[in-house]
Amino acid sequence: MALENAAVLERVQARFGQAVLGTGEFRGTLALQLRPDTLPDVAAFLREDPELQYILLANVCGVDYLGREPRFEVVYHFTSLMHNHRIALKVGADEDDPRVPSIAREFPTATFQEREVYDMFGIIFDGHPDLQRILMPEDWDGFPQRKTEPLVYEEVAFTFNHDEIDAQKPYAKE
Amino acid sequence: MGLEEKAGDMGIVTTSLEAAVNWGRTNAMWPMLFGLACCAIEMMASQASDYDLSRFGMEINRASPRQADLMIVAGRVSRKMAPVVRQLYDQMSDPKWVIAMGDCASCGGVYNNYAIVQGVDEIVPVDVYVAGCPPRPEALIHGIIMLHEKVRREKIGQYKAVDNRKPEAVRLDAEGRTVAMAERR
Repeated sequence: MALENAAVLERVQARFGQAVLGTGEFRGTLALQLRPDTLPDVAAFLREDPELQYILLANVCGVDYLGREPRFEVVYHFTSLMHNHRIALKVGADEDDPRVPSIAREFPTATFQEREVYDMFGIIFDGHPDLQRILMPEDWDGFPQRKTEPLVYEEVAFTFNHDEIDAQKPYAKE
Repeated sequence: MGLEEKAGDMGIVTTSLEAAVNWGRTNAMWPMLFGLACCAIEMMASQASDYDLSRFGMEINRASPRQADLMIVAGRVSRKMAPVVRQLYDQMSDPKWVIAMGDCASCGGVYNNYAIVQGVDEIVPVDVYVAGCPPRPEALIHGIIMLHEKVRREKIGQYKAVDNRKPEAVRLDAEGRTVAMAERR
């Protein structure tokens, strides 16, 4: 039984009418822009509904739309193994206080993926059981995938500025 | 001339202690079993039968830094890995040498970003840099032979001057007991 995007959208909107702020479709994958506070309920519904059964949380991604409001976005990709169908949920997060509710209770696999989004973008997941850095060193300062972070670590050396850069390099002593 | 004339049957060769010690060090170097990225594959290839690094007396890697005196940093070093690399270097017994294998270990290579140390010489002193991405086994062997030449030129007295330094990893407290290296980190 194949799922249709229109049928999925209808089913979600019938249950969470005011939660869906917008919809989109890219290469056949339905994307729902959600109100952040409704995210855990919608995720649980997608998993439990016998017609949908999106039981696999495939991705949690962070996006930095610098200059847009809200600046950050978290994207969740779910897969329904029963129906071989995918759906994306998107929630926005403000620049000043980027917060999104965690869905670690609904999907335990989200714990590590949300930690990675926190590590790279500094988005706080409310209700996460253990929100700490996962890839970067614990004492790291800043969130490296934000667009406001510098792109390169050190200036690119050419012949005209090589000596200058080399003099500043922290070479190891014995 | 020397002792061999008096000994008569040429059963004895005289040389300087320095030359003998350096010859021994070059022909029985023990690299540490330590690969970080794709360069490690080339390092393994250079030790396998096709390129056969054992021709130069280095046929086996030691899995313990205590038994090794050559560190081949084969691959990019992430900032999270850097303290581990330094600790392994501190645990190696003197005298010890470091080869930075490949572009990433030498200068960061293509990874000019937040995650990668821009050249392993920021954390350990490097003797020989091997260029390439990754270097072919011939290039690594060439680098090792260059290191051998460097070791042959070493003066025992000079090395001793370096050797007498207090190792960074182990310090002695007032009563002469060693202080754990965990303090340093």
